[in-house]
Amino acid sequence: MSELKMEKKHFLSGDEAVAYAVKLCKPDVIAAYPITPQTVIVEKISEFVAAKEMDCQYLHVESEHSAMAASMGASLMGSRTFTATSSQGLLYMCEMLHYVSGSRFPIVMVNANRTVAAPWNIYGDHRDSLSQRDSGWIQIYVENAQEALDATIQAYKIAENSCVSLPVMVNLDGFVLTHTYELVDIPNQEMVDEFLPSFTTTNKLDFNNPKSLCFSASPEWQTEFRYQQYEAMEAAKKIINKADEEFGKIFGRYYGGMIEEYRCADADYALVAMGSVAGTTRLVVDKLREEGKKVGLVKLRSYRPFPKEYFQKLGRRVKAVGVIDRDISFGYEGAVYSDVKGALFHPGAQVKTINFIAGLSGRDITKEYLTEMYQKLEAIDKGQNIAEVQFTGLRWT
Amino acid sequence: MAVSIKNLPDQELFYGHKACQGCGGAIVARLALKVLGERTCIVLPASCISSVTTIYPQMSFLVNSLTSSFPATGAVLSGMAAACKAQGLKDVTVLGFAGDGGTIDIGLQALSGAVERGDDFIYICYDNEAYMNTGVQRSGLTPYGAWTTTTPTNNNAVGEKKFKKNLFEIMMAHRIPYCATASVAYPNDLLNKLAKAKEIQGPKVLHVQAPCPTGWGHGPEKTVEIGKLAVRTGLWYLAEYENGQVTINTNPKEFKPVKDYFSKQKRFRHLTEEDFRIIEEHRDTEWKILRNYLGKDE
Repeated sequence: MSELKMEKKHFLSGDEAVAYAVKLCKPDVIAAYPITPQTVIVEKISEFVAAKEMDCQYLHVESEHSAMAASMGASLMGSRTFTATSSQGLLYMCEMLHYVSGSRFPIVMVNANRTVAAPWNIYGDHRDSLSQRDSGWIQIYVENAQEALDATIQAYKIAENSCVSLPVMVNLDGFVLTHTYELVDIPNQEMVDEFLPSFTTTNKLDFNNPKSLCFSASPEWQTEFRYQQYEAMEAAKKIINKADEEFGKIFGRYYGGMIEEYRCADADYALVAMGSVAGTTRLVVDKLREEGKKVGLVKLRSYRPFPKEYFQKLGRRVKAVGVIDRDISFGYEGAVYSDVKGALFHPGAQVKTINFIAGLSGRDITKEYLTEMYQKLEAIDKGQNIAEVQFTGLRWT
Repeated sequence: MAVSIKNLPDQELFYGHKACQGCGGAIVARLALKVLGERTCIVLPASCISSVTTIYPQMSFLVNSLTSSFPATGAVLSGMAAACKAQGLKDVTVLGFAGDGGTIDIGLQALSGAVERGDDFIYICYDNEAYMNTGVQRSGLTPYGAWTTTTPTNNNAVGEKKFKKNLFEIMMAHRIPYCATASVAYPNDLLNKLAKAKEIQGPKVLHVQAPCPTGWGHGPEKTVEIGKLAVRTGLWYLAEYENGQVTINTNPKEFKPVKDYFSKQKRFRHLTEEDFRIIEEHRDTEWKILRNYLGKDE
């Protein structure tokens, strides 16, 4: 514990916390392009570089597509890289996301979650990152600035594990986390170095043994490459949990790996949430528990890989599950809900489910809304007929 | 000692590819690697050259290579150059090798960004004057009058209605340390430009005309002849920009009639005397602009 005391509390925004994490991870190459609400991250890093507190190549790229392409160029030379983006920027680099994951480069990127136009809006929801579900990136969602910092350090550990070798996207809610200040522990460098050794890989160009990377593969071979990606994602499930445990041992903070349960052990009604809303939900759970309601929270940290096995078990022990989606897949339902539902209804499960579409484009998800969600879960369990997809706080009903 | 065909190394760093017979682009790649050598990393965006060289498990480059996304060549080069710097890697040539569409259309933004940043790389645009890999569609470097599958010819249509964008001048406008035009048909000129580029720090861009028998409609044995005619008719020029100075490497007093060039390619067979007049007028304007750079420099 004496080591833990060496951490210092700082008053930081989520973006600044990420920048400190990046500094501690010592990337060789950073590709920077501004977009609200991510911009503070690359600004802060540029200050570190200017002050010679960071020794790295800082590239002012001319677009997000180039940000990811330059990161790929650096990674394939064996360098650790970092970039950050949001919303339209994430969509603009979409092509490169697939290039990077398909070629298995362990790039770490932070995405400040923001909705996508149109209607144009700079505030937060998960429609940007969820639209990249199938890009082959590991996606982690965080609840607060401290977790943003810690998850960014963990992200390198996960990505660079030789069984994984996949890119990781750390997602933090735009404004609610990126621009909100809280007290954050900044780990000391020696401890981070112990947790995260310098980057080594065989998946890079080699002048003694020249190779081709990102090559074409015909129909004869494409399936085998895709299978390897599938296997790597499956392997990542264990590595994400392991990285969290190792991190906890050194820094004293545990996040549960792929998921964190809050007061779920005996719960009848569980809400599944990703990102900052998990914080508010904890308060509501505590309040309802005081009133004798058996409610709990499942904080989903890893959206890809998806903790299918966890939800298969959850479906057999709770009466109703609600999923908060800060997104909507038009023509169906919330994207997270589809995945959770698909896993819950494992043979033997009798669970009822509701999808709460909430917090779109930065609209608050209040304690009142969350309380209402738990009430609806109880109601549907008691036999009341409730539409499966609920738009929370909708003006028109 | 100047590089020439006579003193090139025998070592082949590029062979076993599936390019069409007489492919100008493949000749450029082969010659370039003979000058740039084993410690070259070659980045190929979607293009003819990537689709005939790097199909798993058959790889035609004996140097490090990667197939990059279509718009991103410049940015990937930047990332690689930055990594070389970060790691202290010396004597490495980071080489982009892209077609005309991959350079002047979809790849222009990334190239502009990379040149502006001043990263250390060589970029070769092998210009076969259309999207040949996808089956001959026009690009921003397709010349006036050319037939392509997206600029068809009939009684009302001349084929491509616009003149080529000028990559050389676009790069000059970036105040790039070194850029040049070259041609497959003038290998010694090309080789020396590559050798010069290898010694210069920062971004270097070479725009190399590379005739395409398949897309242009000429025999595979005519690639060099067609390339020479392009220069002799004044429809392609060989020039360099270095330290802010323009040099014209071949400055003909008189041009051969453009008809000599057009009559040997099927893509131009519909052209009329009026078209030749329009093209010659444009050619003369382009040369006036080019020669004016010489005047300003003195």
